[in-house]
Parts: sequence; C-alpha cells; structure tokens
Amino acid sequence: MDIIIASFLEDSIVPKFNYWIYVILMMIGLYAMITKNNLIKKLIGMAIFQTAIILLYVSVGVKADANIPIISHHGEKDHVEHAQNENLDSASEASSHHGSKKEHHVIDKNKFANPLPHVLMLTAIVVGVSTLGLALAISQKVHGSFGTLEEDEILDQLRPGGYD
Amino acid sequence: MKFFGLLSVIIVGFLLLSATKDFPNWGDEDSPANSGPVSSFYIEKTEEKTKVPNMVTAVLADYRGYDTMFETVVIFIAGIGIIAVLRTYGSNESIPKNQVGDEGAGLLARMTCSLILPFIQLFALYVVAHGHHSPGGGFQGGVMLGASYILLALAYGLARAKSCFSEKRTLVFAALGIFIYVGWGVLCLVMGSEFLNYSALDSILPGGVEMARSHSMLAVEIGVALTVTAIMFSMFSNLSTKGRLDKGL
Repeated sequence: MDIIIASFLEDSIVPKFNYWIYVILMMIGLYAMITKNNLIKKLIGMAIFQTAIILLYVSVGVKADANIPIISHHGEKDHVEHAQNENLDSASEASSHHGSKKEHHVIDKNKFANPLPHVLMLTAIVVGVSTLGLALAISQKVHGSFGTLEEDEILDQLRPGGYD
Repeated sequence: MKFFGLLSVIIVGFLLLSATKDFPNWGDEDSPANSGPVSSFYIEKTEEKTKVPNMVTAVLADYRGYDTMFETVVIFIAGIGIIAVLRTYGSNESIPKNQVGDEGAGLLARMTCSLILPFIQLFALYVVAHGHHSPGGGFQGGVMLGASYILLALAYGLARAKSCFSEKRTLVFAALGIFIYVGWGVLCLVMGSEFLNYSALDSILPGGVEMARSHSMLAVEIGVALTVTAIMFSMFSNLSTKGRLDKGL
C-alpha cells in the first residue's frame, strides 16, 4: 500500500504539481460562482477562476534551467560566450566563403522560457480587468435598483407576485 | 443547491485531475508547447529581426499586433460601458451634508503620497519606455500610471485628482491611445505595406528595418499606455462615486 501511494506521488503529483494547483484553484472559483448567493462573492470566484487559468498557461511555458525570455546584453557570461562565438565565426569565415555575422549569432532556445504563454496571459489579464470592472459597475447598478446584492432576494423581487 | 454545486465541482475537478496524467511534466523542454515551431521562432529570431531583447514585448506589439490592438479596444469599450452603465448627470441623489468637506486622508498619508507620487509616475514612464529591454510595456506602465492617479484621489480627494485628470481629459486620452495605435497601422498602409507591418517604415524612421520595427513597438506601446491609464482612472472614479464623480472614497 505504501509503495502504491509512493509511486502515485512520484509519477502523478510531484512532476505535475502545477496542474494540481491549477485544478484546485479553478474548482474553488467554480464552486464560488455556482453556490455563493452574493453577487460580489460570485465575482471573486470568477477572478479566482481566471487566475487559475493564467497559472496553467504560465506554468506550461516553464522550462527547467531557463531564464526569463529577455536576451541579456550585460551579463559577463554572455560576453564571454559571444566572444568565443565570434572567434569561431571569424575562423570559419576565413576558411570558407564570406558570410554575414548575424546568421552565426546562436541563441539556445532552451535557455529562455517560452514567451508565447506570457503574451497570451498578458492579454487575458487585460480582459479580466475589463470584465471585472464592468461586472462591478453592473452589480452597483443592481444594488441601486434592488437595494441588495443577494441573488435570492433579487429573484424574490423579480417574481410576479413579489412587491414592486 | 449547495450540495449539487459541490457535487458538480468534485466531478469536474476529478475529470480535470485525471486528464493531467497526459500533460507534459513541469519544466519539460520537449513538451509540445515549448518545442513547437512558433515559440522556437520567437526565441531564436526575435532579436535578429527586431533588435528587441524582450521577446514578450516584441511578440505582443509586433507579431501579434492585431491581438494587442483589439485588446486595447476591449479596454476602451469596457471603460465606455462603465460610463454608460453608471454615469449620472445632475444631482438626483443629493449628498448628505456631513460628508462634504472631509475628503481625502489624514496629514501623514497626504505627505507620504506627495513624496512618493512623482517617483511612481517616473517609474511608470520608465516601464513604458524601457519595455523593450526590461520587463515592462504599455499595459504594465499604463496600469502603474493610472494607479498613481488613483492614489492621488485616495489621498487628496477625487476633486484634486480630477483637477489633474478631468473626465473629458480621460476620454480624450483613451481615444487618443487607440488613435495612435490604429494610426500607426494606417501609416504602414500608406507607406505601401500591410496594416501593422512595421518594416515598411524604415524609410521614415532611422536605423534600418530592424530599428524601424523597434521604434514602432515603442509608439504602439505609448498608445496602449495612454488608453490603459485613462480607462483605469475612469473606472475607479466612476465605481467609487456611483457615477456621480463628485466625492470619492
């Protein structure tokens, strides 16, 4: 039994813990959106849900031993590597035909995190802010006309037999 | 209701968790997302083609320019929508008299804000202008600049912040940001290329095709920052006063 649990931990949870966290966060948000009665609490659930999706995307773009996707010009290590590359380039250029130096500028793609999920999530955050702001405005208007933000009380007032 | 909610959440969570065993491991360099041709192209070619070391900014403002343009439009529409939903003109709800006159925070908060605000705004401008070479860009810098005006409104009252950034000015700035972005795309059209294809601008911008793309990204990010700043402050001022824009929090 212990071995089964240990192997489950080792195979399914430890290498994929980011997915476990995103699912748990997402379900917290979904539960709040489904069951909470207060409109503001529903909005908080929606924000948690969006954050979980952002976490999923950004964690998919992670590479082991990679840095942020910004090419550094000031690191000393990079300078040394550049110099070595250029030496090699000039040697190979001298022996072979004339080529442009740009093509020999090699970038190891495993040294940089995947920039694409970051870009997508930057726009997702923007959409999240816009929807949250608009939803808050609408719920403020709802509070203005019903005097409450509780969903069941609003439904009571909307019912044909309800007052007003 | 609570029980069915919990039940459906547990079922959905179980399905999602059982699907994670097909997902790539954490930090896997050879996962489909990380080894795909698109992201590899961005990492390897961005600096060579655009002279912009920050790949996120380059992809955001150049390769995915349409996406970012309409993202800015989304923010603009959300701000307009909040104004349409909330803004009320005239005084149909009069303010209680005891609330008038004690706007803003106490002395310590005011002094701290007056010391800190110039640096926040300077840093926000740095984030916008240096977004090519360090983490940053139009959205981030715009939010910081908008937050500095919100801080001003919280410390000195909304009237003081409105004297710097009036409602008319927020709307003009929001529209101006989109105008800069779209106008830059139209400029590319006029120069004889596709919409938002910045490499057509190398004849009017200094430094060759690559630097033309780099400079164009800066112009576009400034447009984004203007819109985001204006809409952030407009959202705050409308939400905190129920659309009356008279007295904030």
